[in-house]
Amino acid sequence: MSPLISAVFAYDFPYWMETSFKTLAVLLIVPTGALVLGYVFLLKVMSFMQSRLGPMEAGPYGSLQLVMDGLKFLQKEDIIPDKADRQVFKFAPLLVLVSTFLLYTVIPWGPGNSIKPLAIENFDAGIFFALAVSSLSVIGILMAGWASSNKFALIGALRAAGQLIAYELPLILAVVGVVMQAGTMNMGGIVRAQQEFDVNVFGLFTIHGMPFLVTQLVGFALFIIAAQAELTQPPFDMPVAESELVAGYMTEYSGFRFLLFFMGEFGTAFAFAAIAATLFLGGYGVPFMTLTDGPIDNLIGIGALFIKIMIVAFFIFWIRFTYPRFREDQLQILAWKYLIPISLVNIMVTATFKVVF
Amino acid sequence: MARPQVPGLVKGLGVTFGEFWKTVTQGAVTTQYPHEKETPPLRARGVIALKEENCTACMLCSRSCPDWCIYIEGHKDKAPPRREGGKPRSVNKLDRFDIDYSLCMYCGICVEVCPFDALFWTPEYEYSETSIADLIHDKTRLVEWMATVPEAESYEAGATVKKK
Repeated sequence: MSPLISAVFAYDFPYWMETSFKTLAVLLIVPTGALVLGYVFLLKVMSFMQSRLGPMEAGPYGSLQLVMDGLKFLQKEDIIPDKADRQVFKFAPLLVLVSTFLLYTVIPWGPGNSIKPLAIENFDAGIFFALAVSSLSVIGILMAGWASSNKFALIGALRAAGQLIAYELPLILAVVGVVMQAGTMNMGGIVRAQQEFDVNVFGLFTIHGMPFLVTQLVGFALFIIAAQAELTQPPFDMPVAESELVAGYMTEYSGFRFLLFFMGEFGTAFAFAAIAATLFLGGYGVPFMTLTDGPIDNLIGIGALFIKIMIVAFFIFWIRFTYPRFREDQLQILAWKYLIPISLVNIMVTATFKVVF
Repeated sequence: MARPQVPGLVKGLGVTFGEFWKTVTQGAVTTQYPHEKETPPLRARGVIALKEENCTACMLCSRSCPDWCIYIEGHKDKAPPRREGGKPRSVNKLDRFDIDYSLCMYCGICVEVCPFDALFWTPEYEYSETSIADLIHDKTRLVEWMATVPEAESYEAGATVKKK
């Protein structure tokens, strides 16, 4: 965040101010991202795919529907079951949300200044950090399921834990291919590597700058499938399978804490779409255009990344609205027997090409 | 595990995207109810209308109603004789004919069972109320619905025409 502010104000802010800005930025991005995805895809695209219009009354074209739903959740009673482990029960949704908030810290939104990209924090091991904190949510979900003292919640939480751990592997292994090709784990570095990635087309001419989607198509497919499972969205929504588990680990939650889970789910979807866009689609880069530092270029970068996020999110939600749910054993078999071997082969092929060329 | 059938998976994505695109370009198949209304089919079971002059308070509808939602009260009355010099006929006059639409399950048995064609279906459906007690339609309200009863279709060619 600070490079944009410094670029605009030409002033170096003290540490506490910079940190406040960063915190405020993340606090704004998560609900906004969740609302945008929820409105555009859950309410509108899903409705359109079922040949209906979705909510139309609250605000123009029903755009305020989710805001009003949020307000409704705030008004509701915060019910905690009698035999629930109260402290753990209260803390669990916050932990899930913490993992969502932390995901946003490393995503680069623009070229920033000449030193570092426009990100909340410019980690050298950025993508590693993102994948690490994304698995934090497993703990929150297990806590929620266990503390609810409810059979459905517990089974849902165990299913979620099994699924999230199983699909974390292909997710990470799919990213390894990109990291090997870029030669860096820094998210800004990966974007720059794509901008400087020269593709020689049969020795005829050279294309300067190419998204890793072209070379890592298998990795992208693996990443999207695994991300879908990480978000526990259909067809991987076994943990919250409503026809058998009520709402899985969310069964006993109501009001504001349920809203936190909801926000966590869609906030994470936005973050995963952003990570996929950064790793495979060139991040904030605009095709055939070189972005330099400066406020205008940074704003263009934010716009470009947002458009790419919406494209990736469309794919994620398109899959969500199309396929029926996997059975639990099929779910595990798909991860362990198919996705992980394919991702290992993908790494081997990438490594071979990296050495040969 | 049966291997995923890839052509089928792609076909499914095509179906949802096709439907999405159709809704974007041609609009949805649904109607936005309070703003636009769709016309129900002519013979839709919206509400039951009463033709009071045909009713003889015979109670057949009331007794055949599975929900017991029809309330009928009547009294005997004298009507002028059919022929000159005859004795006055006694007829049943309707005092009360209520249908409680909060109980009615729209089975239509009352309409079927009425021997004198006093009850008719009409396709009107907009009679919701804020208070459940207001869903009891009394005689005057039921008679008002008669204006919305669609004309009976003409008989098919070759069918035996019912004598009036």
